Amino acid sequence: MVEAGRSPNIEILTNADLLSLKGQPGNFKADIVQRPRYINADDCTACGLCTTYCPRHQVDDYNEGLNITRPIHIDYPQAVPATYYIDPRSCLHLTHETCQICVPVCQSKAIDFSQKPEERTLEIGAVIMSPGFGRIPEDTLAKYSFGKHPDVVTSIEFERLLNPSGPFTGEVRCLSDNRHPHKIAFIQCVGSRDIGCDNGYCSSVCCMYAIKEAVVAKEHDPDAEITIYYMDIRTQGKEFDAAQKRAEDKGIKFVRAKVADVMPWGDHLRLTYSTLDGTHSFKAYDMVVLSVGLESPPDAQKLADMAGFKLNKYDFCNTDTFAPLATSKEGIYVAGAFNGPMDIPESVTQSSGAAGIASGLIKKQRGRGIIHKSYPDEKEMGDEVRIGVFVCHCGINIGSVVDVPDVSNYAGDMEGVVYYTESLYSCSQDAQEVLKEKIKEHDLNRVVIAACSPRTHEPLFQETLKDAGLNRSLFEMVNIRDQCSWVHANEPGAATDKSKDLVRMAVAKARHIQPLPEQTVPVNKIGLVIGGGIGGMTAALNLADQGFSCSLIEKQDTLGGNFKKLSHTQKLIDQVKKNKLVSVYTNAELQQTSGFVGNFSSIITTGKGAKAKEVTLDHGIIIIATGAREHRPETALGNSIKYSKKIVTQSELAEQLEGKGKKRAPDSIVMVQCAGSRGDDLNYCSKTCCITAVQNALRVKEINPDSQVIMLYRDIRTYGYAEDLYQDARQKGVLFIPYEMDNKPAIAEKGGKLSVSFFDPILQDDVSMNPQMVALSVGMVPEETDTLSKLLKVPVTADKFFLEAHVKLRPVELPVDGVYVCGLAHSPKPINEIIAQAQAASAKAAMPLVKGYVTVDPIVSNIDKEICIGCKLCTSLCPYQAIQMVKDENNRPKAETIVASCKACGICASHCPTFAISMGGFTNEQLNSQIEAFGKEILVKETEAA
Amino acid sequence: MAKAKKSREGAVMVLGGGIAGVQAALDLTDLGYYVYLVEKSPAIGGVMAQLDKTFPTNDCSL
Repeated sequence: MVEAGRSPNIEILTNADLLSLKGQPGNFKADIVQRPRYINADDCTACGLCTTYCPRHQVDDYNEGLNITRPIHIDYPQAVPATYYIDPRSCLHLTHETCQICVPVCQSKAIDFSQKPEERTLEIGAVIMSPGFGRIPEDTLAKYSFGKHPDVVTSIEFERLLNPSGPFTGEVRCLSDNRHPHKIAFIQCVGSRDIGCDNGYCSSVCCMYAIKEAVVAKEHDPDAEITIYYMDIRTQGKEFDAAQKRAEDKGIKFVRAKVADVMPWGDHLRLTYSTLDGTHSFKAYDMVVLSVGLESPPDAQKLADMAGFKLNKYDFCNTDTFAPLATSKEGIYVAGAFNGPMDIPESVTQSSGAAGIASGLIKKQRGRGIIHKSYPDEKEMGDEVRIGVFVCHCGINIGSVVDVPDVSNYAGDMEGVVYYTESLYSCSQDAQEVLKEKIKEHDLNRVVIAACSPRTHEPLFQETLKDAGLNRSLFEMVNIRDQCSWVHANEPGAATDKSKDLVRMAVAKARHIQPLPEQTVPVNKIGLVIGGGIGGMTAALNLADQGFSCSLIEKQDTLGGNFKKLSHTQKLIDQVKKNKLVSVYTNAELQQTSGFVGNFSSIITTGKGAKAKEVTLDHGIIIIATGAREHRPETALGNSIKYSKKIVTQSELAEQLEGKGKKRAPDSIVMVQCAGSRGDDLNYCSKTCCITAVQNALRVKEINPDSQVIMLYRDIRTYGYAEDLYQDARQKGVLFIPYEMDNKPAIAEKGGKLSVSFFDPILQDDVSMNPQMVALSVGMVPEETDTLSKLLKVPVTADKFFLEAHVKLRPVELPVDGVYVCGLAHSPKPINEIIAQAQAASAKAAMPLVKGYVTVDPIVSNIDKEICIGCKLCTSLCPYQAIQMVKDENNRPKAETIVASCKACGICASHCPTFAISMGGFTNEQLNSQIEAFGKEILVKETEAA
Repeated sequence: MAKAKKSREGAVMVLGGGIAGVQAALDLTDLGYYVYLVEKSPAIGGVMAQLDKTFPTNDCSL
């Protein structure tokens, strides 16, 4: 978010509505209107004084109405843009033309009631629709007493209760009487899987977020009794089942039941539910959390009409399985929850994918709109240390506690300091101009700013230094807000002393800081895609669409992978073969890879027998799309399995059903879900088996309507729109019967006769039957990932799928820079998700190729080869494979940093036995002088006291 | 920083500034395009900015 706010190439238009969207792919015109904030963004310093003085109260929407705020406010301190705004619905001046107290209060004169709505026309080449999702209507929640009793809350409200910035500063309290709730119930599927409110679909995310909220609530209060009432636990995502198990281990109870209603009951709430065996029970709770689903956004229809694309029957954006990110109008793409309910990693994946396709569409325009900033040449340093110290009041944030003038004067007496001053807001636009002037006027060559957090403001000040011709490393920041005025708000004297200590230490370090060069490494603009299935081919074609060539290697003798038979796959194979930018190698395997992002070199073997040969490929990036295959367990649920014409896997059944003649659909069939998955043979859920099984069941019923189809399951995971299929299958007479792991179904074959026996929880009795066929849902296992993991030094999970760099925010990147993953090698998933992920991986992979070089942060590690003894300790410890061993002129082994891969974590420097490694900006000399500066003064004070 | 006010070639509009929109905008700039990120509320971040911790890293959602 902050990154987006800082980018010179993203213009954030808040308070803005789309009025019209017209044009053709590559050339659209969008009219938008921006409603006034009544506060000038350039002047507002987000000090918060206006909110303190504003006399009017209003409901705090950001806190889901659980709190009150003022009409002039900011939702939360880290908001982007960090500009306050005035809510015209409740401001006294905007509703009654009175008040205006805020105007004189604002010291930076940012308030402007004369602002009017502003219309603008944007000329754009492509559009990405990401309007998110809407709210489940309140009348759907009413049967659970939502709105009638304050202790019935939605899951989003519960998020706010858990949050430290929420209404009770992170304490979970009942809204009725502020007590801590001891018994909490979560009700799943509120507004989802509910044709009563026209939401037949499953919202896909609620099971997982309920588990997370329950676990966090349990961390807040380990004694809390938390129960989750559910129909099916749908934790089908990567590693999600494990999270559910952990929640269970922590004492969270899961009850398969349908909740009838929730009614006020004295001080408590009474929850009535019915279980599968037909019994009705009720229990008392202090708080009930409704796991609300994801509704389509309220303006979906308007948006679709304006832009000319289609919605599906649930008013989400309509997309095709094989083009999951394209709306029905070319040039307009879709990402996130508007494309159907989905979680954060999938939204992030879709966003990258959509960005990549848009980029391919308008690649001729690439780079034309981008702003490249230029800076003056860096000035000569000279020998003399000339430090400037700037101490910030931050309005009253620092100044009301810390004696800022005292701290500033204190700094003035220190060695090397030639200029010192204080400022009201050192981050404001005019303060940057002052900083530049002072650097020039006093010929400063190092700058120390004592203000707030470097996390938010260091880049801003460094930018100003660069504008003034100083290297950005010649900067040291002291956080006297978080570390002094905030935490010692009641001890102004001590806070001032601590500020002095911190400033003294920073100045001591600043005396030793040196300019660090900005390093860049050029990039070889070619890709390597490993795996020629639907994911790999999509990724390769996408790279080509964006203008980059790549090699596609496939270990089989033909392209296509698991989905070879689909007509879409055949189309992809044709496209790949015709595309001049894609070179295909079949019967090919990776043997060796060296190098780093932008400069990889790989050796592959390709061809069979006499035609086999070795080929060396140089490339800048790698996309792994090695896929997975059907698992064929020899024992499933404790039964030894002999696959035959009668006992088949779901994929074999699907194949059989494709033929002709009524006989291909059996008269009776039992389908067994999770045969070999979810803790049976494999630990994880394979995500797609439930959907495939339900599709097969429907197909059987379609061909042979009298067929008896029984599905034995643990949780039916037909998430998203696939819930419609489940609904359809039940209506067509497919019987769904759950089984528990302590009472598994028994499958046997004797003399050509099948028998299946299981416990029926509705009849409360054991049932035995002799179906014509048994179909097992067997799950997926990744294709051999160990070798590749070792070759590319990328990690895999315990289940042998590749482990991404960050599960939520970097879902297609691997921890080694320049290596990306998509498709089944990442985790089991259906085709539309494979394609979206492949599109995302190729978009991410295209980034270094577009840029043409890799930038290296100057704080990377630096190895002094004179001192290095070649012990290899650092190479073994480096988590990023960023240190390699080289030979010096005397043929002695020496460590060398691969700067393009280094993340500047400092592990190598802290372990080097000969102190041969130093970190840019954090040298031993600098750190020691900082520590000494702290200690010396303390020593003086102690001596004086003695 | 002053941002260009004029419309330009090589620009993409992203409608909606939640996690999906912000990610799309960032990726588009990395792919060489100027982005107009159009958000109806006063700040970007969407629902994710309202969340407490997120699974499985328990990272703060901001």
